[in-house]
Amino acid sequence: MSLYQPIPEPKDELPSPKRSTGLLSWFSSVDHKQIAIMYMLLALFFFIIGGLEAMVIRIQLSMPQSGFVTPQTYSQIFTMHGTTMIFLVLMPSLIGLGTYFVPMMIGANEMAFPRLNAFSFWITCLGGFVLYFSFFAGNAPNAGWFNYAPLSEKPYTANIGIDYYVIGLSITGIGSIGAALNFITTVLTRRAKQMKLNMLPLFVWMVLVNSFLILGAFPLLNSGLFMLLIDRQLDAHFFVPSTGGSALVWQHIFWSFGHPEVYILILPAWGVISEVIPVFSRKPIFGYAFVAVSSIAIGLLSFGVWMHHMFAIGMSNTVNAFFGASSLLIGVPTGVKVINWIATMYKGSIRFTVAMLFCLLFLINFTIGGLSGISFALVPVDWQLTDSYYVVAHLHYVFLGGTAFAVFAGVYYWFPKMTGRFLSEKLGKWHVWLFVTGFNMTFLVQHLLGIFGMPRRVYTYMDDLPYGFLLNGISSAGAVLMFIAVAIFLWNLYISYKKGKKAGPDPWNAWTLEWATTSPPTLQNFKELPPIHSRRPLWDLKHPENQDKRLN
Amino acid sequence: MKDKGKLLALLFIGSEAFFFLTLLMTYIYFRRDTLIHDSVAPHLNVKRAAFLTICLVTSSVTFMLSKKSLFKNKIRRFKIGMFITMLLAAIFLLGQGKEYYDLYKKQITISRDIFGSNFFTLTGFHGLHVFLGLTCISLLFAFSFSKFKIVTKAGINGVEVYWHFVDGVWLFIFFYVYITPLL
Ligand code: HEM
Ligand SMILES: [Cu+2]
Repeated sequence: MSLYQPIPEPKDELPSPKRSTGLLSWFSSVDHKQIAIMYMLLALFFFIIGGLEAMVIRIQLSMPQSGFVTPQTYSQIFTMHGTTMIFLVLMPSLIGLGTYFVPMMIGANEMAFPRLNAFSFWITCLGGFVLYFSFFAGNAPNAGWFNYAPLSEKPYTANIGIDYYVIGLSITGIGSIGAALNFITTVLTRRAKQMKLNMLPLFVWMVLVNSFLILGAFPLLNSGLFMLLIDRQLDAHFFVPSTGGSALVWQHIFWSFGHPEVYILILPAWGVISEVIPVFSRKPIFGYAFVAVSSIAIGLLSFGVWMHHMFAIGMSNTVNAFFGASSLLIGVPTGVKVINWIATMYKGSIRFTVAMLFCLLFLINFTIGGLSGISFALVPVDWQLTDSYYVVAHLHYVFLGGTAFAVFAGVYYWFPKMTGRFLSEKLGKWHVWLFVTGFNMTFLVQHLLGIFGMPRRVYTYMDDLPYGFLLNGISSAGAVLMFIAVAIFLWNLYISYKKGKKAGPDPWNAWTLEWATTSPPTLQNFKELPPIHSRRPLWDLKHPENQDKRLN
Repeated sequence: MKDKGKLLALLFIGSEAFFFLTLLMTYIYFRRDTLIHDSVAPHLNVKRAAFLTICLVTSSVTFMLSKKSLFKNKIRRFKIGMFITMLLAAIFLLGQGKEYYDLYKKQITISRDIFGSNFFTLTGFHGLHVFLGLTCISLLFAFSFSKFKIVTKAGINGVEVYWHFVDGVWLFIFFYVYITPLL
């Protein structure tokens, strides 16, 4: 008997215990759609928690010298807020959207490695809970999401919180690496036969590029985290300057992960935008090749700019100039992308659905964030503004006004596919407008606060900033509006899931393959696929007389 | 690419490479930019390390050969090849253990100074990878005796890629940790 036998792997449909009801079918599932929904729910759960933390921050800062929370609590809250939003909200929501729609958009029935998929989800979940367990263990991490050494080292932070940070993040990091491995193998090996790489929907392109970024960036973070853990637990000296270590090495490692990470959080968001805008403008995307290929360039470049987070540490002018220039360079393809999206809408017949509104607001707010980023890339400006609220404003414009808006757009766009029902457009419009108003109230004024000299990460301030009280008051009031908007969103999710308007297989009259099957899809996504000869297979199907140019 | 197992393994070690790159860069940074006297390098047993390096490289070769015999259905050869591979890997690990023990006797530990931290972290993580590789190889070896005799192509290709990688990383470590201090 021969030793060499392929393990029989199911070709199409994977076994998931088909108890149609009950929690067990979720816990044991290896179905990519169920896992994706769990990712989204996980993100939603932590979004609520992170949001509550944000409220604590804004209450504390709503007036000078307020005593709402102690400095110790404040440090824990702002650390957990940032860490949660980045690793437990934005990451899982983007990976969740990808897990649901990447296989569907390429005409596959499953991810390449369904069990790895389940593993990635559960380990991410575990990491999140380990991180939050720190609260019960006595002390949450309190050295910021960037966790600068030596602040995070034993002599300065003896309590247990940092250890939970290290372990929790390295676990979620392993989950993200698993997801990335799975995305790449899925896109490369599971595509429908007729679909060539230049026909991939842009969302799939972005997730693909993004996965490579994850594979490059997260191991960097993990090695830094392990070194920190070894420092703290085995008394090593990597980041302890007093005994020969170097605090800067932590910053280098962290930001050589951290900067690519911010692109990891924006690329899939660009993907969502590139799917939604064309459908609601009734025009194919303008400059497909540019949008796809420039993402690769941006991805590579993003590994070469990390030191712009460290302009203030006193590097030589040459180094500063190099990293300033490379950061400015990233702005160029990014700016051209924005022009692509606008050009897609130009002369289109635009439908202002909630999803589309989120995309439009994305364009505006993300551009503001990009511009403040450019201003930081100018070294002298950064020297002035680093560690001030200007940075806080920048990062929220790109994360919230950028990524989060795109995720909202994606949820409104794809909810009918996932549940078979529309989200209420009426509630949705309340959500959009309250949120964007609150968002700009909260963060636009923080540019000014930063310029006036309000430092970030500090738990309170004196009443001596110009308009400090007024501007902080506006900022906190805006946060309340966002809070209400999110409550409306949650209510919308709930009520629409229960009794929203029924949606057919292709409610938006869209083009990509996920709309070629029932809503919600059955366990096996597709019984058969429409012919795929262009980037818009469903358009070709519905308009036989006016088909897109054949690409194969 | 058709073989999704091999693709997965390649991507995975790609990301592992970034992990080791960071550890190695940190090591090199401290070698070059610290005023502290290097306390580890003078005590390393370079000859033994060279011998261990040869063992590891040879084990990569024996792995390749035994894989070839497997695909040609020469089961006996496959088993012998795998056994030698395991033996060489075990020698490597034992040698590393001895190195650690010798250093420990001279009170050079991970907490002694920055060079101790670097040395033990870098070689320790590598040793851990050798151990994991050895475990996988032992599993493949054990499967070849089992009733079902399932050694998949994807499995053996994946482990092979991984093993060459572990081997390659060691060459860098050997060069930077053992050789450069002598130059
Ligand atoms: C036009 C492109 C961009 C440029 C030139 C740019 C530049 C910068 C610079 C120089 C800093 C450091 C500021 C300081 O700490 O003094 C910074 C901070 C930051 N950027 Fe950007 N940025 C850009 C786009 C983005 C995008 C797309 C994201 C995320 C989606 C992002 C997220 C962040 C975050 C989170 C920080 C703060 C990190 C921290 O200190 O915690 N940026 N950016
Ligand atoms: Cu950056």
